[in-house]
Formats: sequence, C-alpha cells, structure tokens
Amino acid sequence: MENKLKNSFADYFDQFRELGLLVFIVTLSIIVQIRNPSFLTGENINDLLKNTAILSILAVGMMLVLVTRGIDLSIASNMAFSGMLASLLVRDFPQIPTILILLIGLGTGTFFGFINGLLISKGRLLPIIATLGMMYVLRGSTFLISKGKWVSAYQFTDSFKAMATGSVFGINNLILIAAAVYLIAYYFINHTGTGRRIYATGSNPESAKISGINTDRMIILSYSIMGLLSGLTGVLWMARFASAQSDSAMGYEMNVIAACVLGGVSMGGGSGKVGGIFLGALLFGILNNTLPLINISPFWQNALQGAVILLAVIANVLAKRQVTKKNLNRRIK
Amino acid sequence: MNDYILELKNITKVFPGIKALDDVSFQLKPGEIHALMGENGAGKSTFIKVITGVYTPEQGEIYLDGERVKFHGPKDAQTAGIAAIYQHVTCYPDLTVAENIFIGHELRYPSRRLNWKEMYRQSDELLKTLSVDFNSKTLMGSLSVAQQQIVEIAKALSMKARIIIMDEPTAALTKRESEELYRVTQQLRDKEKASIIFISHRFEDMYKLASRVTVLRDSHYIGCWDLDAISQDDLIVAMVGREVSSLYPKKEVPITDEILKVENLSRTGYFKDISFSLRKGEILGLTGLVGAGRTEVCESLFGVHPADSGKIIFDGKERSIESPGTAMDLGIGYLPEDRQLQGLILDWGIDKNITLPRLDKFASGVWINEKNETEVAQKLFEQVMIKAQSVHAKASSLSGGNQQKIVVAKLLATDLKVIILDEPTKGVDVGAKSAIHEIMSDLAGHGYAILMISSEMSEVLGMCDRILVMKEGYLSAELSREEATQEKILEAAMVKTIKAGN
Amino acid sequence: MINSGIKKHSFLKWEWMLILMLILINIMNASLSPYYLNYFNISSAVMAFLDKAFMVFPMAFIMMMGDIDISVASTVALSSVIMGIAVQAGLPMPLAIVLCLGTATLCGWINGMIITRFKELSAAIVTISTMILYRGIAYIILEDQAASGFPEWFSFLGWESIGPIPFIVIVFTVFAVLFWLILHKTIWGRRILAIGQNNTASIYSGINVDKIRLMAFTSAGFMAGISSLFLTSKMASTRPNIAVGYELEVIAIVVLGGVSTSGGRGKIHNVIMAVFVIGLLKYGLGLINIHSQLLSIIIGILLILSTLLPNLGEDYLKKKKLRSNT
Repeated sequence: MENKLKNSFADYFDQFRELGLLVFIVTLSIIVQIRNPSFLTGENINDLLKNTAILSILAVGMMLVLVTRGIDLSIASNMAFSGMLASLLVRDFPQIPTILILLIGLGTGTFFGFINGLLISKGRLLPIIATLGMMYVLRGSTFLISKGKWVSAYQFTDSFKAMATGSVFGINNLILIAAAVYLIAYYFINHTGTGRRIYATGSNPESAKISGINTDRMIILSYSIMGLLSGLTGVLWMARFASAQSDSAMGYEMNVIAACVLGGVSMGGGSGKVGGIFLGALLFGILNNTLPLINISPFWQNALQGAVILLAVIANVLAKRQVTKKNLNRRIK
Repeated sequence: MNDYILELKNITKVFPGIKALDDVSFQLKPGEIHALMGENGAGKSTFIKVITGVYTPEQGEIYLDGERVKFHGPKDAQTAGIAAIYQHVTCYPDLTVAENIFIGHELRYPSRRLNWKEMYRQSDELLKTLSVDFNSKTLMGSLSVAQQQIVEIAKALSMKARIIIMDEPTAALTKRESEELYRVTQQLRDKEKASIIFISHRFEDMYKLASRVTVLRDSHYIGCWDLDAISQDDLIVAMVGREVSSLYPKKEVPITDEILKVENLSRTGYFKDISFSLRKGEILGLTGLVGAGRTEVCESLFGVHPADSGKIIFDGKERSIESPGTAMDLGIGYLPEDRQLQGLILDWGIDKNITLPRLDKFASGVWINEKNETEVAQKLFEQVMIKAQSVHAKASSLSGGNQQKIVVAKLLATDLKVIILDEPTKGVDVGAKSAIHEIMSDLAGHGYAILMISSEMSEVLGMCDRILVMKEGYLSAELSREEATQEKILEAAMVKTIKAGN
Repeated sequence: MINSGIKKHSFLKWEWMLILMLILINIMNASLSPYYLNYFNISSAVMAFLDKAFMVFPMAFIMMMGDIDISVASTVALSSVIMGIAVQAGLPMPLAIVLCLGTATLCGWINGMIITRFKELSAAIVTISTMILYRGIAYIILEDQAASGFPEWFSFLGWESIGPIPFIVIVFTVFAVLFWLILHKTIWGRRILAIGQNNTASIYSGINVDKIRLMAFTSAGFMAGISSLFLTSKMASTRPNIAVGYELEVIAIVVLGGVSTSGGRGKIHNVIMAVFVIGLLKYGLGLINIHSQLLSIIIGILLILSTLLPNLGEDYLKKKKLRSNT
C-alpha cells in the first residue's frame, strides 16, 4: 500500500512539469486571445510555429547533450558557419543542386559536433569550456570564409530559399521539417537501445560504464547529433532570412538552453522528454509572438524570458523538495 | 562435468602504486552460496571487478565450467552469465524499473525497435516471482535502497545469470528488508539454480546463507573453509591477522561532569526522540545497523543538518547549533565517516589540512601566518604519529590509516570538549587502528568527552564506557560496559527495544 | 604520490607557457610595428583592453570554487544603463556612479542568494537566466535608445592619465594587488581554494561555504560595476546592448590563466598574465589590420588547448607510470 502511494506520487510529479507547462501555455493563449482575437487564427498559428521551428529543432539536440550532463555553447556559431558555407556555395556555384548544398551544411555541422564530443569524452574537457572554445573558433572562421561580407537575398537561388519559405498543403516547410525531427527524435529516444543508453549514461555514468555501455561513444553521438541539427538549422536560417552574415544567430544558444530548461530538462543529466522541450520551445515562441499582439513593447521580451526561466527552475526545486519531504515524513513513524 | 562452475587461479591486479590483488585464487561450486570476507581494503571489490570483467588482471587465469576464458569488458562477463549487484546500487534513478532491468540486453521487435510491452510484462513477472509490490513502470529513483537491490536481482535473473555476485547487499537494509533479501537469495539458489558469491561484513548473514567462505586480507588469499568447520573467532583472526584483544587499549579514567545532554532530538525522516547525556572522560558508543540514523544524529549535533526539534544542552546551557562553525565554537568536533570525501583535501599538504578548521586561530587577523601554521601542524603531526616524509607531504600520498590520523589531528587543532567520531577505524589497517584507539583513550584521560559511532561490535565492546544502540531512527537500548554483550547489542539493533539500562 | 607529481609538473609548465606566450607576442608586435615599443603606444594598447579585465578576478574566484557566472556582461549593461538614465534625469554624476556600482553589486548579490538558497540549481543555469533577465531589464529601460550627457570629467576615467600612467591602469593594479593578496595571503583565499577542492570537507571543517560563495558572486557584481564605469566613460554614452559576449571572453581569460576548471587551483598572477596575453594579442593583430574575428579563433584554440594539453600530459604520465609498474 505504502509503495503504491509513493509510486503514484512520484509519477504525478513526473507528469507535473509538462502538465503545468501546458496549463500555463493554454492560460496564456486564452488571455491573449481575449485581448486580441487575431491570435488564434490559422495564419498566426502558422506564423508562430514557423518562428518556433528552428528553436524547437535545436532544442532536441540540446536536450540530448544536457541529458549526458553536458552543454553546448557552440551551436549558434556552428549554425552560422555551416549556413555561411552553404550560402557561399550557393552564391558562387548556383548550379550545385540544393539538396547537395543542404547535405554539405549537415556534414559540416556534424563534423564540428563530433569534434566537441571527442574533446569532451576522450580529452576530458569540461563541456562548457570545450564548446566555448569551439564557439570562438567557428564564429571567427565564419568571418574568415565570408571575408566579412554578407550573402544577400538576390545571391541565393530560389530553390535554396524555398527550403524555408515553401510549403506543402499550406504548411510551411520549416514546420514540416521540425515535425519530422520530432518524430524521429521521439522514436530514437524511446524505441532504440542507443537512445536509452544516452539516458543511462547521463543518469549514472559510473554504472553505465560498469554495465558495459560505451559512454564515450554516447557522448560523442549526442554532440554529433547536436552538430547535425545545428548544420540543418544553420542552412534553414540563411534560407529563411535570405541573408547570411557572420554574426547570424549570435547568442541563440542561450535561447535554446533556456527552452530546454523550461521544458523540464535537468541540467544534472539523465532526464528530459521530447514533449517537454516542444512545450518549452512553444512557450518561448508564444512569448515572442504575442507581445506585439497585446501591445506590450517587444523590449519586454528578454526580461520576461529570463524571469520565466528563473521562476520555472525555482518552482521545480520547490516542488521536488516538497516530494522529498513527504517521503521523509513517511520513513519513520 | 566440472567440480567448479567458476575458478580463478593466481590472479594479480596492479594499480599505479599498489597491488590490489596478489596471487588470489577462488573456486565456486555450482548451486552454492559462497561468502567472500575481508576487511575494507582487503581487495574484495577489485576481485569482484575482475570476475565481472571491469578490470583485466595482469596475471592469472579465469575458468568457467573448466574452460579458460578471458573477459575484455563487462559485456563479456554478462554474456557468460555473470551478474553483479554492487555495494552501492548502480542503478539509473531517472529511468523506470523495467529499463533498469533490461538495459544492455533490451528486448526488440524483429525491426530492432524496442519491445516495451514485452519488457514491461516480463519485468512485472520477475517482480512478482520476487514478491514485491511495486510495478515495472515506477521510476527507479523513487524506490528504497532495498527495493532497488531487488530490482538488481531481477535484472540478474532477466539475463539468465548463472553466477550472481552480491557485494554487501544488506549493508543499508533494515532487519526486515534483510530477511526479504535472504529469502530471495535462497530462492535464487534453490529455484533458479544460481551460484552466488555473497560479500558481507555481517557474520549472521554468512552463517545463515553460505556454505563456504573465502577470506582475503591485504590483497592476499588467506584461505577457504566450510562454514560448519570454522568458528567466528577463527574467521576474525583470519580476516584481521592477529588476536583481537590487543586492539583495544582502553584505560580506566575518571568520568566527571556532564558536558552534553540531548533531549528528544528529532529530525524528520532520520531519527526521533533521541535523548542521552555525555560526561567528561567518557567514551560513549553509538551503534546499530548502517542506516539506523546514527550518523544523522551526530550530524545534527555538529550542525551539518540541524535537528527539527528537541534540546541540546551543552555545558549546562541550552544551545542551538545551526552550523559546524557554531558547533566548533562551542567545542564540539566531528570526525566524519568518509575521510576522503568529508575529512580531507587530498591535494593539499598535511599541514594545510590540519589547520583548515581553525585557520583564523593561526592567522594574524585575516593574514595567513605560514610559520605559525607549520609549527602547530608539526606538533600535532608528531603527536598523532603520522608516517610521512614531512608535514608538507600531500594527503593523497598517505595510506588510509595515516590519512585518518590527519583528520584526527584536525580535531586536535581545535579547542574541543566533545569529540564525535564516526567509524574512526573503518578501512584502516590494524596498526593504525590500535594507534587511533590509543589516542582515543588518551583524549578521554585528558577529560575530553567522546561519542563514537561504530558498526564493529568488538570495537564498541572494547572501547566504550557506555553503549547506545539505535534501530530505525529510535534509540533502542542504553547499556553499561558491564552489562553489554554482543548478543544484547545485536538484539537491540535488529529485533526489539530494550528498556534503557540503569 | 604520482598524482602530485603530475600536477606540479604541468602547473610549473603553465606559468612558463604564459611567460613564453607574452614574450612571443611582444616580439611579434614589435616586429609588426616599429612604433610598438614606444611608451605611448603600449599604454594606449593596455588601456584598450583593460576595461573588461576587472571582472576576471572575481570570475577566477568563482571558477576556483567550481562555479561559473555567465551574467557579468549583462550586469555591466544594466548598471551602465541605470547610470545613464540617472544622469539624463538630472542626478549628479557622483550619485549616478554610486547607483551604477550599487545596481551591479545587487545583481551579483541576487545571483549569490539564489545559488546558495537553491543549491539544487547549478550556478550555470541560474546565471544564464539572470543574464537574460538583467539585459532584458536594460532593454525595458532604454529600449533601442542610447543615454548620454555624461559630464566632461567623467571621460577622465577611461581616457586620462595621472602623470604618465593611465588612470585605468592604476585602478587595475590596485584591484590586482588586492585580489592577489586575498587569494594568496588571507584566510579567505585559503577557504576559497578549500571549497573548490572539496566542498563537503570544507563544510565539515566549519567553513561557512554559503557565505563565501555569496561574497564571491556579490564581488563579481561589484567588479562588473567597475568595468561598467570605465566602459561607459570611454564610450561617453550607453545602450542596452553594450558588452555583449564579454562574459565569455572573461571566462576564456580565466581558463587560459590556468585556473582549474574543476575548481580548487589557480593563481591570480597567471590570470593577470592571461589578461595581457589576450589584450596584447588583440592589439598586435589590430596593428596589422587583422580583424578581431581572427583573434577569436586564436582565443578559442588557446582555450581548448590550455585544458586539453594538461589532460593529455596527465594521461601520458599515468600510462608511463603504469607500464613501469608492471
């Protein structure tokens, strides 16, 4: 009996975060809808999702990295570098098929993610230091390969831009790509052995090693996936804004980390759900999208984001303490 | 057919600087429960890791069913049907019970997709055979240690393990939980025909379960006996390597005024209604099973985790102790159980370690006075007889016993009236052990009041003037030196509450 | 025994490596520009990069304790913006300066309070949040405007000299000496290192760990305020987007300065050398018109190598030792 009670409570708490987040999003949406009925229109929702797509794709990779107890600060510069490389190729060799360009972008991103993973697992660097270094290197290299010049809208081929602006059945490509990434991620995380081993590695690295999991390989894999998604979103970013600059996406890594934390991914590793980060990214998107709709200056955006994240992590700690306390109360009669 | 399901011959394993195993041999018969004993640091854990393929030995051979095998990693040993349940449960707290059971050998559909349905079903079945009442979708982190251990056993079963190693499984369990584990273990042997290596410090565990025992000491193989044929005393001699009585140089000293009195001290979830008093010159023992709340009581007295309610009366005045700083200002010192994690800065020299708690005392204002510091440290270094090149030698370069002496010196550097010692001789060699006991006796003679936590029965009986026993968060007995016997203590620790003595 | 050998070895090497780097950079700079070794040029070079260097000291303390503070640059921005609007609102400059330092100190104190009250949270996540929050508040206050109108004399801080020595150098030297003394000569410094080495043992040794962490984060806020003063003085105006990315440069300098990223080890004089390595490198590359972006590649590589090399060296020595044992 007592065990059952304990289980249900723990399960309840496990669901609590996503549920709380969902309730918060719904409440927020209703309030915004009352103040401005144009919020929940098809067009605006399409817009909102389109704007959230890149953030939510990156959140998948960041979640995996955070699950292994790491962090990746280099993603925004990796995006800029991979995107810039692709853009330069489009500018200088417009005859290359777009799909090949995309693959080159993906490959570049993956390569640098792989290097991050290698430095962190085999080189035993702290993730924050290794990826900080990588961030500098890639941001500088972006400038070098572009020689400080922009690639502008007219220099892109139409098919390149169409990757982000085109649509299928009225749904923007970015949304479709994000949906595909989420489906694959969900399958990978929940239904493949490798996916679960990444979680095991983060949940308890020591015993993962003892039970024969190649933890180094799991870490390298996570950072490589992060790199792959950075390469993907880098190319999409350039296509979407039809402009490649050496400071593209500067500082975007913090948004991604924040979306993950909002979505309930623990910085301590081992836990994080696809559904959670989707909601986290969505909340971020809504905060950005709705401020103008309800006549709040967009300059409030940052402060609101910061405050929401801070409150979310603190609320989480308080809830967890409550659970611990309840459990302790039961221990000695 | 072979006599032995598993045989290890002349295993030697070397780590930088030490030989962790030196020419160790071992035989396991099919369907037996074989106890492995030895003091902390004797090499048991390393030995287990050799069997499970975590370590590759430099020399020696491993035979499985008479065939010579070589494990290149834990995977190999798993495939061979060897599973281990470690001392510290090695689970994944963020994953479900089913995942913990099946990690590394997941069930899949032909498409290689994970077959969760089947994994949950089989896990629930395993849990049912082990008669537990939680289900396979529970998060591992929400289970108690005993429940987690049972999950580990389920995991071993799910891997069709023929050889199961249990590394101190009962260390953190209550009596009832231990019996549950005995039942499961016997069931493993009788129903599943598994061969089991059982490591434990508790003699009753062994005599209850095992048929044979192998003893290791200082990385060496000492011997293997049928349990029917060897007495507990002889086993102790085998483990310790010499007669036990000389280990306890207890001196008779006058016991004077009461210095510390604790009334109804409680901390939610850890201990409740603890009351006792302590007098100058007295050595008060605090014993009971691991997990009974002994350490937690002392941590509250020292202010690491203050108690929720109850009174602490120190030197006649009621005090609230909010932090270790306050406790030390009053004159209460604490020697923590885990000296490497809680007691020492391994990377620092002996001198800097010794002066850390009372840095301000050796400084001129806020300025560090290294000369003064070294002088004080040197004096204590000699007093506790640390064996090291100099007082500047790094703590990490010393043996366990000498490291413990540094932590003792740290206490002596402070102006104390009450000294709390938490398992002061755990994992130290015999020589250092008797040295630490001698220091304790001396301190009592100088009027210090000593509260010692110990799980070692002979140490408690040999050193203490009075003995408190805790059981599941409560004080279950208070025994004077004269009335205390091993049986009474065990009974109070495991079975029932005895009305306080006097 | 082996451990100690390795650490001492690589540590010694690190000091020499920084000195070597400084010498090389100076030779490079001197050969790039015939005017480099002229006092005026060197002092203007030093002035150019010292404004963010104030933050490296508390950051070194924080990282020695195994924590990190990512919000320092946002603190610079917020405190500078507060000072800007204070002046625009007609407050006297000295009061505005006090407001600037007060705001910055408060920002640091809030970080420290959250981190010590909610120990379950890592310093990284808390300061990432406050990084977004603090700069966000700066944006709420000034939106995309700039605040200026600082009195003439305020530019003294960033641009003028006392005698032959730039004012900023004097202030930097004072803080350098102060922080050096705190770390290497006082009981506080010893306690900071103890916490970084072994937090639990420090608690059991009666050290008030929370208080020291709180002090370190608060001092990071205060020093961000000092940086803010000099930066604002140099630019004669302020915007919410000043000092973007400074936190990472500060962290890079601290790591390059040999502060152990897992805590517990480090020397202030090495960190000071690292300030000059980065600063003079920047200046030298500026001399030959190489954009600062190339510098960021070099910083990145230095950052990675400065932790990778000791690790690889340690692995190598361990292997060698193991081989000689068997």
